[in-house]
Amino acid sequence: MEAIRFNFYKIESVRLRGREVAVVKNISRSSYALLFIFLLCAPLFLHDFRVALLAKFLCFAILAVGICLIWGYTGILSLGHGVFFGLGAYCVAMYLKLEASPTGIPDFMGWSGIVELPGLWKPFANPYFAISAAVIVPVLLALVLGYFTFKNRIRGVYFSLISQALVVVFVTLFIGKQEITGGTNGLTNFSTAFGISLTNRGVQQVLYFITVGFLLLTVAFALWLTKSRAGKLLMAIREGENRVRFLGYNPTSFKVFVYCVSAALAGVAGGLFVLQVGMISPEMMGIIPSIEMVLWVAVGGRYSIFGAVIGAILTNSAKSFFSESYPDFWLFFLGGLFILVVLVMPNGLVGLGKSVGEKITSRIKKKEKEDVQHEAGPYVS
Amino acid sequence: MKPVLTCRDIKVDFDGFYALKGVNLNVFHEEVRFLIGPNGAGKTTLLDVICGKTRATNGQVIFEGSGQIDKMQEHKIASAGIARKFQAPSIFPKLTVFENLELSVKQKKSVWALLTAKLNSEVKAKIDYILEKINLQNERNREAGELAHGQKQWLEIGMQLIQEPNLLLLDEPIAGMSGVEREKTGYLIHDIAKECSVLVVEHDMDFVRNFSKQVTVMHEGAVLCEGSMAEVQENEQVVEVYLGRGKKVC
Repeated sequence: MEAIRFNFYKIESVRLRGREVAVVKNISRSSYALLFIFLLCAPLFLHDFRVALLAKFLCFAILAVGICLIWGYTGILSLGHGVFFGLGAYCVAMYLKLEASPTGIPDFMGWSGIVELPGLWKPFANPYFAISAAVIVPVLLALVLGYFTFKNRIRGVYFSLISQALVVVFVTLFIGKQEITGGTNGLTNFSTAFGISLTNRGVQQVLYFITVGFLLLTVAFALWLTKSRAGKLLMAIREGENRVRFLGYNPTSFKVFVYCVSAALAGVAGGLFVLQVGMISPEMMGIIPSIEMVLWVAVGGRYSIFGAVIGAILTNSAKSFFSESYPDFWLFFLGGLFILVVLVMPNGLVGLGKSVGEKITSRIKKKEKEDVQHEAGPYVS
Repeated sequence: MKPVLTCRDIKVDFDGFYALKGVNLNVFHEEVRFLIGPNGAGKTTLLDVICGKTRATNGQVIFEGSGQIDKMQEHKIASAGIARKFQAPSIFPKLTVFENLELSVKQKKSVWALLTAKLNSEVKAKIDYILEKINLQNERNREAGELAHGQKQWLEIGMQLIQEPNLLLLDEPIAGMSGVEREKTGYLIHDIAKECSVLVVEHDMDFVRNFSKQVTVMHEGAVLCEGSMAEVQENEQVVEVYLGRGKKVC
């Protein structure tokens, strides 16, 4: 009789667990649906200025998904994603700048006395080359850097430090090589792509929807990746890299892979960003933005793709709200928000939502179990 | 008979301290070999050398079908068919029991292969088979970190089995298990030995006596003697260094 009762509870608990899983699935599906419906309808009720801001935040959201994959899922904290974002942005900006230069030589080069376009710039006159370079250049950098660091088993805080050093190197390089990169001012003063004005209202809206489309693709890709067996292996690397190694996998290739994926997403984000914001400078790829990018994901919830997306959108919305309303204090507000998140909800907003949800389901479950016990009573005793 | 694994004159030098001082060991097909010895005898270090975790300063490890493996990278040694269960349960706590096994299944282990891997009925059947063997059918969808200690140990053994290894290295598989669990594990090990060779490091003498055929005794980084448990117990040297100091093994 004991055995029957034992088994009975086991089956019952499996059944309840199954239902729980289904509930969680439904919740996550509907939250994605709500998010994208909101984003698609946003131009209907938001002012043009707000839509432009939101578009910028969506670019950040694409980048945040990449950070979520490498940090949340694989457990590698990169504090240098500003570089990949910046490289993507510069690649597209170089094309835009050339199109905006009637002499064929960007204005800032003229100031440094350059009369012939540098070889590095020449291929960027082709928009298709520039757009593909916005992805390929960050990926190549991640490939080389990732291969050597991960192969030599540089991990944890040491990797984070190297990624910071990468930022310093690139920012210094971009500022120092003013005649080629535009220096501290970066690249700006361009307004057309493919001969179309980028400041035109209609074009801005189209760009907004393109960004939403890219975000949708990014999220779909990230969800597919994390559900695949490779995605599970990424989590396994986070949980125990040595175990992974002794199961016969080479963690280096998987880590390089996810680093490249996140670099590619950052590059895409940079390219879309520069099309809509109209400028890119070394300041936007520096140490502070690189750390801020990680914070967006921390606020949203680093173990969740959805968390990364809403983290990027909400944190940046809060930032612009505070900076508009309390220009003197907004940095304090923002700092306070981050401290609050880290102290009160280590798994971000999504983690908070989940734990509230769990409390409710466990209450329901408890009640159901009691009912089951009452019903089952006569059969097992 | 040709051995599956041959260790020849293995020495390991940890900055002047020799953890292994020239170990020779042969493990044969379908054999369960127990490694016993007092603390610091070098049992775990020997397993580490075989699976590539520690590099030998001197000597060769030869594995059937792969030749000399002591210079190979860890994941290549694992792919060659040597599975290792660590002393402390080493599993992926945030993945479910099922996912832990899914990742361990014998398969192509490149990034591309895993991106395109499908959970087909063959893989499912393999996982179900192992789940039954390690008695975790009802825990399949639980996070592995939530399991009881003994169950974690079984899960890790299961993860090694599902790789279909030719040689399984077990480091204190019954540590932290209850009496019933120990017995089950003992039978499980013998069950496993029908398909692959097993090399077990164990401290629990009752367990060794009940489940061993061949025992290798190690002491201070060297092999002291080999034989059945009964023979080993009779060996005076063993009694002196290992069981000794007034106590007799019984």
